[in-house]
Amino acid sequence: MSAINYSEKIPNNVNLAEDRTLQRALEQWQPNYLQWWNDVGPDGSQNFDVYLRTAVSVDPQGWAQFAHVKMPDYRWGIFLNPAEKDRKIHFGDHKGEDAWQDVPGEHRANLRRIIVTQGDTEPASVEQQRHLGLTCPSQYDLRNLFQVNVEEGRHLWAMVYLLHKYFGRDGREEGEALLERRSGDQDNPRILQAFNEKTPDWLSFFMFTYFTDRDGKYQLCALAESAFDPLARTTKFMLTEEAHHMFVGESGISRVIQRTCQMMNELKTDDPAKLRAAGVIDLPTIQRYLNFHFSVTIDLFGADQSSNAATFYSSGLKGRFEEGKRSDDHVLKGQTYRILEVQGGRLVEKDAPMLNALNEVLRDDYITDSRGGVERWNKVIEKAGIPFRLKVPHKAFHRNIGTLSGVKVSPEGEVVSDHEWNARVEEWLPTDTDRAYVGSLMGRVTAPGKFANWIAPPVMGINRQPVDFEYVRFN
Amino acid sequence: MSTSPRVDYQTHPAQYRHWKLSFDGAIATLAADFDENAGLAPGYKLKLNSYDLGVDIELNDAVNRIRFEHPEVRTVVVTSAKDKVFCSGANIFMLGVSSHAWKVNFCKFTNETRNGLEDASKHSGLKFVAAVNGACAGGGYELALACDEILLVDDRSSAVSLPEVPLLGVLPGTGGLTRVTDKRHVRHDLADIFCTTSEGVRGQRAKDWRLVDDIARPAVFAQKVRERALALAAGSDRPGGPGVALTPLARRIEADALVYSHVRVDIDRARRTATFSVSAPPGGQPQDAAAVLAAGAAWYPLAMARELDDAILSMRTNELDIGTWILKTTGDVDAVLAMDATLAAHRDHWFVRETIGFLRRTFARLDVSSRSLFAFVEPGSCFAGTFLELALACDRSYQLCLPETPERAPAIAVSEANFGSYPMVTGQTRLERRFYAEAAPLAAVRAAIGRRLDGAAALALGLVTSAPDDIDWADEVRIAVEERVAMSPDALTGMEANLRFNGPENMFTRVFGRLTAWQNWIFQRPNAVGDKGALKVYGKGEKAAFDWNRV
Ligand SMILES: [Fe+2]
Ligand SMILES: [Fe+2]
Repeated sequence: MSAINYSEKIPNNVNLAEDRTLQRALEQWQPNYLQWWNDVGPDGSQNFDVYLRTAVSVDPQGWAQFAHVKMPDYRWGIFLNPAEKDRKIHFGDHKGEDAWQDVPGEHRANLRRIIVTQGDTEPASVEQQRHLGLTCPSQYDLRNLFQVNVEEGRHLWAMVYLLHKYFGRDGREEGEALLERRSGDQDNPRILQAFNEKTPDWLSFFMFTYFTDRDGKYQLCALAESAFDPLARTTKFMLTEEAHHMFVGESGISRVIQRTCQMMNELKTDDPAKLRAAGVIDLPTIQRYLNFHFSVTIDLFGADQSSNAATFYSSGLKGRFEEGKRSDDHVLKGQTYRILEVQGGRLVEKDAPMLNALNEVLRDDYITDSRGGVERWNKVIEKAGIPFRLKVPHKAFHRNIGTLSGVKVSPEGEVVSDHEWNARVEEWLPTDTDRAYVGSLMGRVTAPGKFANWIAPPVMGINRQPVDFEYVRFN
Repeated sequence: MSTSPRVDYQTHPAQYRHWKLSFDGAIATLAADFDENAGLAPGYKLKLNSYDLGVDIELNDAVNRIRFEHPEVRTVVVTSAKDKVFCSGANIFMLGVSSHAWKVNFCKFTNETRNGLEDASKHSGLKFVAAVNGACAGGGYELALACDEILLVDDRSSAVSLPEVPLLGVLPGTGGLTRVTDKRHVRHDLADIFCTTSEGVRGQRAKDWRLVDDIARPAVFAQKVRERALALAAGSDRPGGPGVALTPLARRIEADALVYSHVRVDIDRARRTATFSVSAPPGGQPQDAAAVLAAGAAWYPLAMARELDDAILSMRTNELDIGTWILKTTGDVDAVLAMDATLAAHRDHWFVRETIGFLRRTFARLDVSSRSLFAFVEPGSCFAGTFLELALACDRSYQLCLPETPERAPAIAVSEANFGSYPMVTGQTRLERRFYAEAAPLAAVRAAIGRRLDGAAALALGLVTSAPDDIDWADEVRIAVEERVAMSPDALTGMEANLRFNGPENMFTRVFGRLTAWQNWIFQRPNAVGDKGALKVYGKGEKAAFDWNRV
């Protein structure tokens, strides 16, 4: 029936060669996927040979094979973490029952929605980042961008696999729709607003991969607990790749800071104007970018009180971060969680039913984790002897979903008047001038081992290659 | 599973406890003489010819036997063998001790039985005269309303009445309100007085208000009844001659199955589904009318119809939590189409006409069954013609496509039977219901008569809901069923009833829809069934305590 040699072309551990359901679905979808990649994937890059990591199996040797490949020929594969024998559902109303190997009809609609929502973010970020290759600060960074891009593509494959395998015709239609929506398109936008924003420059890209890919990590972690075993196993494997994306973001920002601090010490100034004149990104601008990306990303966790969150948890579709390591009853009925609201012009905590507050629980776990990297950035500043600290803004700052939506709160957590907000917003969020300045730095550096002026080189290269390795052959 | 004892809809005049059936040429008499100690369940006595489900099971059986076993009968006189009382309606104490589900199912069956009288009058030339020779209250009057004519004895005491509202705080829900208006055209303000006056209306006023067709003094009552019965008989085309004995059904009841000769029902209790499988006629079916008549109750279409009817009734009453019925057929499409050809060729023969009528009423039971109905068209199935009605009656139908082995793919087929043999109670065929009587799609379906329609063709004509191929099939139908069984049974019942009866309204749809829905709402309300509700306190010397808020 098929013209495709599956195991060659599509590395997988789901027995694709013998799965007619999947083959039939992929025969239709794969060409459309390639078309999508050509249309809105990395701009002008189709003929480059890129030093990419490809997963060809899930064992330690197999999941990271490096070679120069043209991106359209990248072998996007389908991988699930190995099955855990007799896995049981470990939270919610079905706790103790066997994990589901098929989609229960009762939960089909919700599971499909969860998978589609997650799946939609993957191609969206590729679309958001498609022009960044034209302004890369180095070959090393360009290669990292492309690595992230192809892996987001693979994450799309992972979600589409679930749709194709378990959701029949509906699933195939959803798989097509994932290729049809477009980030930022007025008529057919991506599902979540953060994925319709532009990623116009590399500072945004690093912030995005640090903060927003970390949201991905937390969502995937929650899904990795799912009672629907194929979803749990798929997302577990995706997490190995997500870790690299966050590394790109964290190290990227770290190198920007390092370069800025170096210039501050050279010029003995903390004056943004002087630093900008010297072609580096001043720390207050970095703080404003941080504020923006952090606040936009924590909105992705959803409303602080949500009946969907309760339903998803109780029915076993989505757990908490590290559900298995928690020592409560994993049912959560009658328990409460503290959430924020505004009363009399002040932020106060109040108790909400835990099940309804699970978005907030996941958001708080995320915030704790995000702070870690910011502290490591502060170490770089500290080491340079500069008295400045980056801060994660208060979680009520610049929010657009839930109780705190639209409430004017400073990064320090003070409720402020509209007047004060308007007066100070330029201290807190990137201004047009900031963005224009950062944009102005975005030249294209492509010689091996060379780096743009605004970013320091990394300590070491990829896969133990030297920093000046030819990561991309432009042909 | 139902905890009450299993209800069996099969009976025989020799076993009747409540009705006395007698024959005199073209006139049969059904005399109510309900045995007050023979209620179907404990806890009440059937005093004053008050009835329960058991009484109605006998009535249903009696009408069927007159249809088939007595083709010489043209008029049925429905009367009472008790003194001073015709029938006092459904037993109030029975209603008081019954679950809501039981009441609803009971009302549905009694509605179907009363509709059956009108169906017989309309389609079979079998007329009914209600000879109301005593007090006639509530369901008793509703039974009379289902007859072609009502004669009331004018003895200065016997009245017809619908005392449900003033006495019991519920509705005359077995068609009473609807037939008083839609059928008898009683002016609505007079009907208002009638329905709120517990002692009812008698004598000349009953006639003046159109509540009865005529009245007669006791001395001439019997003669008058006979006159009217003969007059109605004169207009009937019932032929006489030997009838067809309705022999006992070949039926085996197992823990999780009902097994008949042509029908079986397999219950999956864990999934809360039942699979109805109907098998096509075996080979060697009679073709000429004499041979058909000679085959009698064993003639395939009648045997299958009786079995399916019994299966539906049994599943409806005895398996309340089996909420989704999956309909399947097995056998040869050609054999079903040959059966349709025989039915069509002899449709004017009284026995064939009665058999078609039985099928029609059986399919109509599906339409009002409070179960989700899914048809699965799989290899070896024969949803053709008459059998296609089963799929058309369903809320959804799934037909398997086999693009790589089309010769094995199941096909459905349309026959003339789908264009008029089995109208719903709305008067529409199920195809007309399906396509809102629009000309173009119906013409396209008619043009497909004679073709075998695979999944793609059936889907293109709009005859099936979905046509998954073999790769998708198992998951698609599994998920569809799992999704369905997880939803609220109440919401599904309401939704399905609304969607199934999407077409024209008539008296029957108003009985099954408006009247029944209001009644079932009232049946749930504290004013009826609360501790101090009217149904609960009836006969205890207490006054009902109402919550006076209008809702
Ligand atoms: Fe991803
Ligand atoms: Fe990612």
